[in-house]
Amino acid sequence: MVEGIIIQGLIKGGTYALLAVGFSLIFGVARMINLAHTCFYMLAAYGIYYFAKELEMPLAAAVVLSLLATTVIGILTYRLFIDRVREHHVTVMLITLAMAMIFQEFMIMAFSSEPLGTPSFVSGYWTIIGVKVSYQNLLTFGIALAVLVCVWALLSKTRLGVAIRATAQDSEIANLMGINVRRILLITMALAAALAAIAGAVVTPTLTLVPTMWTSPLVMIMAIVVLGGLGSVKGSFIGAFIIGFIEVLVVFLLPGGAFLKGAFALLVMVLILLIRPEGLFGVAFEEERL
Amino acid sequence: MLRRLLRDFQGDVLAIPGRLLALIFFVVLFFIPLFLQGSSGSYYLRIFIFANMYVIFAVSWDLLSGYTGQLNFGHALFFGVAAYTTALLNIHLGWQPWATIPIGALAGVIAGLIVCLPALRLRGPYLALVTLAFPLILLGIIFAFTDFTGGELGISGLDRISDSRTTDYYISVAVMIVSVMIMWKLTDAGSSIIRTGIVFHAIREDEIAARASGINTIRYKLLAFAVAGFFAGIAGAFHAHFMRIAGPSNLELVLSFQVIIWTVFGGITSIYGPVVGVYILFPLMEFLRAAPEVRYLIFAGIVVIMLLFMPEGIAVWVRDKIERECPRCKLSNMAFRKTCRACNTYLYEHAGD
Repeated sequence: MVEGIIIQGLIKGGTYALLAVGFSLIFGVARMINLAHTCFYMLAAYGIYYFAKELEMPLAAAVVLSLLATTVIGILTYRLFIDRVREHHVTVMLITLAMAMIFQEFMIMAFSSEPLGTPSFVSGYWTIIGVKVSYQNLLTFGIALAVLVCVWALLSKTRLGVAIRATAQDSEIANLMGINVRRILLITMALAAALAAIAGAVVTPTLTLVPTMWTSPLVMIMAIVVLGGLGSVKGSFIGAFIIGFIEVLVVFLLPGGAFLKGAFALLVMVLILLIRPEGLFGVAFEEERL
Repeated sequence: MLRRLLRDFQGDVLAIPGRLLALIFFVVLFFIPLFLQGSSGSYYLRIFIFANMYVIFAVSWDLLSGYTGQLNFGHALFFGVAAYTTALLNIHLGWQPWATIPIGALAGVIAGLIVCLPALRLRGPYLALVTLAFPLILLGIIFAFTDFTGGELGISGLDRISDSRTTDYYISVAVMIVSVMIMWKLTDAGSSIIRTGIVFHAIREDEIAARASGINTIRYKLLAFAVAGFFAGIAGAFHAHFMRIAGPSNLELVLSFQVIIWTVFGGITSIYGPVVGVYILFPLMEFLRAAPEVRYLIFAGIVVIMLLFMPEGIAVWVRDKIERECPRCKLSNMAFRKTCRACNTYLYEHAGD
């Protein structure tokens, strides 16, 4: 049982981390809360279903195509809708929420609201310390970790990463230093959408697809990102594993845990914020401090 | 005395197009039941009853988030707590609506004060996301203890408030007008009697400056949460009795976001904005039930287009078209006037050429 909790928690935390890091990145750089973030996760999952099952493409091609398509949709959403109202925070939230509803309705129109399933990428399982772990779950965790390492390398080792971090710290000064802020925002948005799409792609085989599948992870990643500190990539990474483990623990240990897992995770978030209002790794900026 | 009232009426209501429209709106509200007879009329009346409740709900969000700047993403908490309290008292203890509704509203106040505890230390997006968590935590508890709360189905079979739909309608209109008027007065920054309006503005604009000016911001934030909780609670309690059911939908994320969409659509920080927003969007959603496949698509599409082209909200956009503030004495004028009605200043820069 303990092994089960650990392994499930790692897998859950890995997917949450993929989603939360993108969300945190776009918040840190553009100061906008993108409520359509998990929609890219839903779109990627449906994309794989469409390319692999309905067009009968090979799985690898379907995954790549779906990731590309979702990233392009992310960029278009940003350019056409968000960019124009970026200064108004509440408006951005509402526009992204409306976009999420539009995506959801399109998916209902295209695929109906019946639950759908996709095939596993790999079959079989591996026994670690007495627990059966399917290769699919291992793959999920492995990809999540690998992608997160890549993101970390991108942010800390490349010129682009430096530009992104500079924009996050102060976009006006970054602009004065010759960084094209609009382009950086677009790249960050594409990166965030791609991360969400990868998360969608790796969990697709373990989930059933419904058009409303974006809502529950959205609430969870918002909790994670606040817990870790808005805009802090490291914070969201650690927060994702904390929330992931809490969910798994509640499901394993409490009766009726499936209903209470979200409530418990959110409760922990509220309690941590009572002690540390800026989150675990958040930086309270001078002008944003209370 | 009567003549002075008439003069005030002419100067302060008839001369300002926005207020004139508000007056016409209220008068029309009183005559609506005359035009809606029969069973289909009863159905439309029901839509208006719920619209009135949602108006109170949306205006209370505007007071808290628009005026005081405490971005609340879980406003459904107050609504839902009041609805559930009312329903439990009515079903299990058999109390009458006149007793359950005030207690439901008080439950809303208590919920507001509880949410306020973390809110005192947080702001901006942090506050938004923490407040978002509260109704979801409660929802989890409701689903976990189904025998007491009814779970997915909720608590149904509440008492009616009155026997006829028309009486229900007039009660809802009266409650709506009184509540909106009270909240309008509370947020009126120009008032010389009540200080809350200007203090709320000050807290939103710069809390540290407000505190430095000797304002006990904590007390006023508590007050804002309590007032918003009270009116959202009134809306929730009445809604439960009109609907005769209190269910999980009263707490869901959708309702919390709905209230923000209504308010921002109409015009945030304006009190009349949410009224306009609810009265446009809520009936629209009900009429779109005729086309269920595209209902949410049309709704979301309208919201996106609106926000792109009138980010200030539709009511504010219309007001700016029909009213013009005098640059010298700050008095509102009809937009077609060339000079201010009080001080004769030219309203437009090159109007005199």
